[in-house]
Amino acid sequence: MKTRELTCIVCPMGCTLRVELTDEGEVAAVTGNTCPRGAAYAKDEVLHPVRTLTTTVRAAGTDRPLPVKTDRPIPKEHLFDAMKRVNSLQVEAPVRIGDVLLDDLFGAKLVATADLL
Amino acid sequence: MKTEIAIIGAGPAGLAAAVAAYDAGVKDLLLLERDAAPGGILQQCIHNGFGLHRYGEELTGPEYAARDVAEVRKRNIPILTETMVLSVAPDRTVTAMNRQNGIFTVEAKAIVLAMGCRERPRGALNIPGDRPSGIYTAGTAQRFVNIQGVLPGKEIVILGSGDIGLIMARRMTLEGAHVHAVCELMPYSGGLNRNIVQCLRDFDIPLLLSHTVSRVHGNGRLTGVSVAEVDENRRVKPETERYIPCDTLLLSCGLLPENELSKGAGVPLDPVTGGASVNERRETAIPGVFACGNVLHVHDLVDFVSEEAHLAGESAAKWVLSGAAGHAERSIPVRAGGKVRYTVPQRIDSPETPVRLFFRVGSVADNAVLTVKSGQTVLAAKKKRRMTPGEMESFELSPAVLCAAFDAGEPLTVSVN
Ligand SMILES: Cc1cc2nc3c(=O)[nH]c(=O)nc-3n(C[C@H](O)[C@H](O)[C@H](O)COP(=O)(O)OP(=O)(O)OC[C@H]3O[C@@H](n4cnc5c(N)ncnc54)[C@H](O)[C@@H]3O)c2cc1C
Ligand code: SF4
Repeated sequence: MKTRELTCIVCPMGCTLRVELTDEGEVAAVTGNTCPRGAAYAKDEVLHPVRTLTTTVRAAGTDRPLPVKTDRPIPKEHLFDAMKRVNSLQVEAPVRIGDVLLDDLFGAKLVATADLL
Repeated sequence: MKTEIAIIGAGPAGLAAAVAAYDAGVKDLLLLERDAAPGGILQQCIHNGFGLHRYGEELTGPEYAARDVAEVRKRNIPILTETMVLSVAPDRTVTAMNRQNGIFTVEAKAIVLAMGCRERPRGALNIPGDRPSGIYTAGTAQRFVNIQGVLPGKEIVILGSGDIGLIMARRMTLEGAHVHAVCELMPYSGGLNRNIVQCLRDFDIPLLLSHTVSRVHGNGRLTGVSVAEVDENRRVKPETERYIPCDTLLLSCGLLPENELSKGAGVPLDPVTGGASVNERRETAIPGVFACGNVLHVHDLVDFVSEEAHLAGESAAKWVLSGAAGHAERSIPVRAGGKVRYTVPQRIDSPETPVRLFFRVGSVADNAVLTVKSGQTVLAAKKKRRMTPGEMESFELSPAVLCAAFDAGEPLTVSVN
């Protein structure tokens, strides 16, 4: 049995959650949560934590970078690999807000979050 | 130039105020913005987390701003960009300057102040030591990285755990910098929990509570900082001092409403918020001059900025349409008591419509009890498990409560114990 401590980020209460993990890495119990949403968050967070990546890409002909995001959260452990791929990219105008710049970045699409005209 | 309503600043507050005023029936409006594009500070806030309340989805700053800009464009409301407002006179004459027109004036029937806020600069914090380069506010660093595409340094220490500092800790780490620590003078963080988790813990960046930067070192460029623990009175414990080599120090020590123009116009300010003192329609003490957004009080969520700006814009339009009629005959002051540091609005001029009071506590309150009193009489009360200085709270006063207060004729006191 292993335990992990987490801060619930679902609401401003910020409860301290304790998650008990079996040796197989499965969630045996969650304590410290004030409501069921905390338990659900804890399970996701210890089994497959994901994060939305927001960053910028270089744009041809200007110093001003273009802001972008993944259209869904990607596995947390791939954030730095994703950054490497995004930073090797260069886009050319025109790009519209919502345009897809990469089709598959660790399971997500990379989309523009502003216009580049 | 003449216009019905002049709106100063085209950030989310100015944009939402313009749309609301237009929809309330005033079509002759003018937005004045010193930046090259509308959107305000949101243009550089490329992270997500905006719009959950207003749109039910998580948008990035530029996406949130783009929606407001689209609404303004749809109504053909003119935005004068690269136009700096220099002064506002009590008779509602605005003096501004831009390249095409030089210095010019705009006579307005009503004015909406929406200039936002700026970060507390280093000088105000009095850190001893040398004066090398490499020290920036977190927002300046955000502008460098996200708008100008340059990383201001590689080895970073952050002083202050406000949200912008936390966001920048993650941003700089993702771009390859090494963030050594975030030092926070207080025993708790000023930032949202979710940001502490997603921006610091995700990247194993230490958050040093009750710590400060006690000295900066470097000749020309910053070479390092001394950090130390502080006691209950926030005084440095010299024996805990240690040196961290770094080339960049970011300051995230709070925001100050940008009210030079308001002061020039003679608008009385609330010493606690640093913004204008307003009534429930967001009208300042000068008739026809309204304020909203971060220039009024510092908001943590842009959604509430937009809501407040909507109210201010609509109020300005009503004021113009009703023939710019004077002032309320009676008004009830609203005062902060107990752990409550301030309230907005600071006065209520009419008991007829419900009024949502916004406030902040000065220290953490567990099992908090909020009371609204007129003199010694408790008119309303509410319980909440926890209130923290980092989160703006609100409470709605019903017309019944307001009428009771107006009948009694005494100030309302809002307190948390
Ligand atoms: C660096 C930073 C990061 C933030 N991060 C978040 C976040 O992650 N999530 C969140 O919900 N909120 C965040 N906020 C808060 C949120 O962005 C603000 O609450 C919101 O942008 C405030 O809107 P505003 O229109 O009042 O001010 P601003 O966006 O600051 O807009 C004010 C505008 O007025 C213009 N102006 C000022 N003076 C003049 C003048 N004299 N003449 C002409 N124009 C003038 C400025 O150029 C600017 O465009 C952040 C704020 C800052 C400062
Ligand atoms: S466990 Fe429930 S109450 Fe506690 S922080 Fe999470 S969502 Fe909020």
